[in-house]
Amino acid sequence: MLQLQQVNKTFGKLEVLKGIDVCFERGQSVAIIGPNGSGKTTLIKSILGMVVPESGVILFQQQPVGDDARYRRDIGYMPQIGRYPDNMQIGQLFDMMRDLRNGAGERIDEELIEAYRLPDIFHKSMRTLSGGTRQKVSAALAFLFSPPVMILDEPTAGLDPLSAEILKSKIQQEKQRNKLFLITSHIMSDLEELATDVVYLVEGRLEFFKPLETLKAETGEEKLGKAIAKLMAGNN
Amino acid sequence: MKTAVATIEHPRTEAPNPDIARSPLHMLKIAKYVVYDILRNRFVLAYLLFLLVVSMSFFNLENDPVKGMISLLNIILIVLPLVSIVFATIHLYNSYEFMELLLAQPLRRSDIFLGEYLGLASSLCIAFCVGVGIPVFVFDGSMRGITLVVGGVLLTLIFVSLAFLSAVLSRDKARGIGIALLLWFFCAILYDGIVLMSMFAFSDYPLEKAVIGLAFLNPIDLTRIAMLLQLDVAALMGYTGALFQHFFGSIWGVGLSLTAMFAWIAGPLWVAARIFRRKDI
Repeated sequence: MLQLQQVNKTFGKLEVLKGIDVCFERGQSVAIIGPNGSGKTTLIKSILGMVVPESGVILFQQQPVGDDARYRRDIGYMPQIGRYPDNMQIGQLFDMMRDLRNGAGERIDEELIEAYRLPDIFHKSMRTLSGGTRQKVSAALAFLFSPPVMILDEPTAGLDPLSAEILKSKIQQEKQRNKLFLITSHIMSDLEELATDVVYLVEGRLEFFKPLETLKAETGEEKLGKAIAKLMAGNN
Repeated sequence: MKTAVATIEHPRTEAPNPDIARSPLHMLKIAKYVVYDILRNRFVLAYLLFLLVVSMSFFNLENDPVKGMISLLNIILIVLPLVSIVFATIHLYNSYEFMELLLAQPLRRSDIFLGEYLGLASSLCIAFCVGVGIPVFVFDGSMRGITLVVGGVLLTLIFVSLAFLSAVLSRDKARGIGIALLLWFFCAILYDGIVLMSMFAFSDYPLEKAVIGLAFLNPIDLTRIAMLLQLDVAALMGYTGALFQHFFGSIWGVGLSLTAMFAWIAGPLWVAARIFRRKDI
């Protein structure tokens, strides 16, 4: 349902994505792994149209991603660092998002808003929030319109253990609905619980894209963390 | 590839929601939230009060509203472009978070960008209309007053448009504000100096028509000329003034001036929107 063909992106002289070719389908839950600066966030941002690739095509449900922004209705995005208008209160933020989507026929999913008890702090302005609370807001926003594709950039970083567990069980639950998840993280144990497939990026190149089980079998490791460590060491 | 799975799409995609495609509505909604944000930051309120105090004091100090209007005009021609361009540039840089948030939503880049413009420009225009418009109409509700208010509104729109251009030209906030200040300095101060110097240097030649042409290249000059003609001080400017009166006083001249002003709004904004369409956020 989401296909990238020969996607290239450079920032000045730096090649961030080099000929990425990959195809994701519903029901998959893909862990995007790679060292820092390997292009994970750029890959995500090009799918969302925030970063415009120099060349290559990104197809969403067979339609090229371009000026028509409608495809983003089907994507929920949780950024690595959620940045929101400082003067806005949490409640106003959610109201605005609903208003902008003018959601005829959208299924509103407020489970995370409730689970994180956000209504209690709806009057707080975004400026005063801690990093973790911002993450909770980002997560709740990403799931709010229950889209079929979820893109989560380091979802559990900065969350306390309880909140991270809430988010993970939410992801598990939504996975049952035949959705596509793209998740980047450096926390291998989290990915091990959540992912069905693994994409491995190194310096903007896609090293491999294979099911988690295959990866474990090939490296002979039980744990994803160990398997990846083995691969990283092998590359050096 | 599991193409069979890919064809079982979400029901929403098979019947696209027509509301999502209707973009002017989105633009207006975004503009609405930009206005909310500006109201919370209170700068525009301070600007409004400043204009109100300045206009009231000029009209109260001078017995003759025409004199008050000339003093006010000089303030407006310097302060209004400066405030519009600097405030709009800073605001656009500070809105990157907001735009990032919106870009993850099913909203078109052009709607986001024009929504920002609409919200910002309308807040500044409203501040101007209340701060200057109301005193002007109270003290002098004639054609002069209307020209001043229309000129001020157009200048605001133009300098917000130029601000958007300077803000998309550079990712760096300090440089963007620098470009904005340079543009203001050029239009408000440097340009007149250049025109005067060239008139002096080529004073042996008939330059009047060239000067009319040069006025179109600077929106501040256009506004000043339009206003001075309403104040009948053009008579003091000798032959050039008479020629100005003849040209800018005609329907043809007014039409052309307005067209030039609208081109000054649309041109920079169009270029800026084109750059923004391919910008990485």
